[in-house]
Parts: sequence; C-alpha cells; structure tokens
Amino acid sequence: MKFTEEHEWLRVEGDLVVVGITEHASEQLGDVVFIELPEAGTEVTKDEEVCVIESVKAASDVLAPLDGEIVEVNTPLVDEPGKVNDDPMEGAWFFKMKASDLSQMDDYMDENTYKDFIG
Amino acid sequence: MGELKRTPLYDLHLELGAKMVGFAGYDMPVQYPLGVMKEHLHCRAAAGLFDVSHMGQVALRAESYEAAAKAFEALVPQDVMGLGVARQRYGFFTNEAGGIEDDLMFANRGDHLFVVVNAACKEADIARMSAALSPDVTVEEITGRALVALQGPAAETALARLNPAVADMAFMDFTEVELEGVACWVSRSGYTGEDGYEISIPGADAEGICRKLLEMEEVEGIGLGARDSLRLEGGLCLYGNDIDATTSPIEAALTWAIQKVRRADGDRAGGFPGADRIFGDLAEGVARKRVGLAPTGRAPMRAGTQLFAAAEGGDAIGEVTSGGFGPTYEGPVAMGYVGTAQAVVGTEIFGEVRGKRMPVTVAKMPLVPANFKR
Repeated sequence: MKFTEEHEWLRVEGDLVVVGITEHASEQLGDVVFIELPEAGTEVTKDEEVCVIESVKAASDVLAPLDGEIVEVNTPLVDEPGKVNDDPMEGAWFFKMKASDLSQMDDYMDENTYKDFIG
Repeated sequence: MGELKRTPLYDLHLELGAKMVGFAGYDMPVQYPLGVMKEHLHCRAAAGLFDVSHMGQVALRAESYEAAAKAFEALVPQDVMGLGVARQRYGFFTNEAGGIEDDLMFANRGDHLFVVVNAACKEADIARMSAALSPDVTVEEITGRALVALQGPAAETALARLNPAVADMAFMDFTEVELEGVACWVSRSGYTGEDGYEISIPGADAEGICRKLLEMEEVEGIGLGARDSLRLEGGLCLYGNDIDATTSPIEAALTWAIQKVRRADGDRAGGFPGADRIFGDLAEGVARKRVGLAPTGRAPMRAGTQLFAAAEGGDAIGEVTSGGFGPTYEGPVAMGYVGTAQAVVGTEIFGEVRGKRMPVTVAKMPLVPANFKR
C-alpha cells in the first residue's frame, strides 16, 4: 500500500489501483456528510481534483494520484458518507483506476514513511 | 495576534480530550472526542454543556434599573425600560446607518442592567457603552465569572438536581440561583433552539459545577462546532456572518425584536442610532431579506455561496451567510439574504457550488422547530 501527502492510500488490486483516504485524514475531516464521485470511464491526470468530500467542518478534494482512467466508483458512499469515518481504509474506498503508468506509484510513501509524515 | 486567552474551564476541556481552536482571542473547544455530529444529536436528545465564557458579561449600573435602562435605550431599539424584573430579552446595538454593531441579551437584575455580548465584539461594545453612557451609568465588565450553557430537553432534569428551583423558571426568566452553595446567575435561554439555561458562575467554582453536571448521564460536553450547527438549524443569527454593520434588523428578519413602544408610532419612538433608516425600512419595505435555505441535494451550501433566481444566466440575487450540514435535519441547511421577490417560503432558487448551480428552496425558519419552555 502506498500513501500520498494528500492523505490518500493506493492499493494495487489485480491490474487496478484502489484509492481512498487514510484514517488520519478522516479523523482530521470530522464527520463526513457529502461525497461527490467522478463517473466511471473518466480519463484523469495526476493531481486533478476528482472527488469532493464535505465534512461538518469543511469541503476538501480527493486528487487523482495517477494518470489513467477511473473504471469503478464506490457509489454506495454517496448515500452513506459516514462510512468514510467508520471504515476509511477498506469499505470506504472512493474509486478504482487503471493507471497508464504504474511507475508513478514509486513517488509515494510506504506505510512507515507515511506514519512518520503524519507524526 | 497575541496569546490566546483561556476560560476558567480550559483545564477541564483538555482533560475531556477537546480539540482546541482559537476563537475571538480565546482557546476554545471546537469538539470533544464524541465529534460534532454526535454532540449535536446528543444535545437535541438529552443535554449538552457549552463553555461560552469568552462572551462578554457587563453590568450597567445607575441610580436605579430604570435610569440604566433609559440610558441603554439610546443604543438599542429594544424596550429596555419595560422589561420586568428577573426577565431577559434579545437585542442589538445599531449604528447610524441602521446596521447592527452586535447582538446581545440583556436582563433586568432589579437594581441594574446585565448585558451579555459576543466575544469578538466585546471590547468595541464596552467602549461604545462607556462613551455613550458615562458618567451617569457605570459600565463594568465582569471578568471573574465563567458563562456556560446547558441545553437540550433534559437540561431541566439535570440542572434541577443541583437546585429544583430552576424547573419553575419560564423561558427568558433570569434569576440568581444557588448551585453547589455558589450564587449563580441563571437564565432560561440559549442558542440552540432547545430548552435550557445559561449560567454565570464565579470563575473558581465553574469547574466544580461543570464536573457535577458532566457526571450526569444526560449531559455531554459540546464544542463550538456543534454549537454552530445547532444554532443554524435553529435559525439563529451568528454575528459577523448573518448580521453585521451593513444589515438592518428589518433586512435580517429581526423586526420581532423591536418592540412596538420603540417603533415610529410608539410612546418612546426612536432615539437609537439609525432609527430613521430602520423606520424607513419598516414603512417602505426592504430590497433583501434574510431567509432560511434548504438545498435540494446533499451538497452543503456554505457561507459565501452565490444565489441565483434561475438555473442559468442572470446576476446573483443574494448570498448564503451561514451554511453546512444539519445533523437533526439530516441534510444541508443554510441561511442567507435574497431579493424580496424571492424571499417567499417555497421559492426555488439556485446556489452556485463549485461552478454548478444547484437547486435550493427558501424555507421557513427555524428549519428544525424550536423546543423552548413557554
């Protein structure tokens, strides 16, 4: 599993990369009340804003961590945004993407480095 | 920005695991481990305890209550002289342009007038009162006392354990009550839309009384985060967001807070800053009004969201001044100003969120019905 400085996690699953936000991020956000997901089939470039998360406190974005195509989104999250607080690392994944260049993942942190990063 | 000030309950907040933030110069709890959503719901279901010691508590003393009240009426458009002993009322300072300089609560303490003002405005308010009222009235900021609010349907049950007399208080009663052997000033009022009390406690005794309340099963500590969503659902104005120096009380839908005796045809008409503008607004109507807003979708419309009459084209007709998610409402809630033509309950307008116009309905305030003790 890899981690971005934007507090997203990336997990390789077959030929796809699953993306979500970290437990640390979900704690910082507070209770999540609204999620906007991209449409499956959307071509994205790294660092493009692809999801919106609104918590009781504020709005924030999820960025595409890699170039590629969004192939599946976790639609049930839209009706159950609180799942991001309850199960951020597993059930509350945001989208799965087909990366055009998997070597872009090398730029990201491993779990220990991320733990140091969030202190 | 200097060092943040601490309230007498600072150590207790840390012990309870609060996340602290700077607010109006004070280090205040924004949330406890329960989190904003659960704190909000707990307050509406049982009782929540809020530290609001950052707010300004001020005593205005003259030769009598009447003398202090008469002088104070030069600064506010409320009926201060007609307020009964041991009663409290909502009011606001106006400026020469008819805008609102701060909103406040004032109480008739029998021999003096007691005023509670917003933390962010308190220095300016005290300066304003001192300049306008001295030397006939002494303006004393009461700095040695904490102020807490106990709010929610179980507030009466909880506080009555410390003194049964509080159960007999009516909405907006204000009286001195002994709690744990300490003389506290208690009003039956609040800022959540729920029944409850606001309690001024000598600083040194505040932690003990709060611990006593927090030990009770009904009571949880509630931070500023949930305080904001509670008051928003309750349709209550936040000074600086929903009302400010440029909004007249008539635009702000606070006409109800200007008693008849101070209006143009009243016995003590005018005599407060901006009376001409405010009477003009009352007689001729206003171009914009504060309304409740219920977004149709799930996306919150936060302060600053521009409002439009149509899904496409046209200039903005107004702006959201407070908005977020309403945990009890179970959806996004907001308030803001719109043109008078749109300020009709049920009107569908549009708010621009991230470049897209989303439908929002003008709604009756409060969006969550109030639960006051009448």
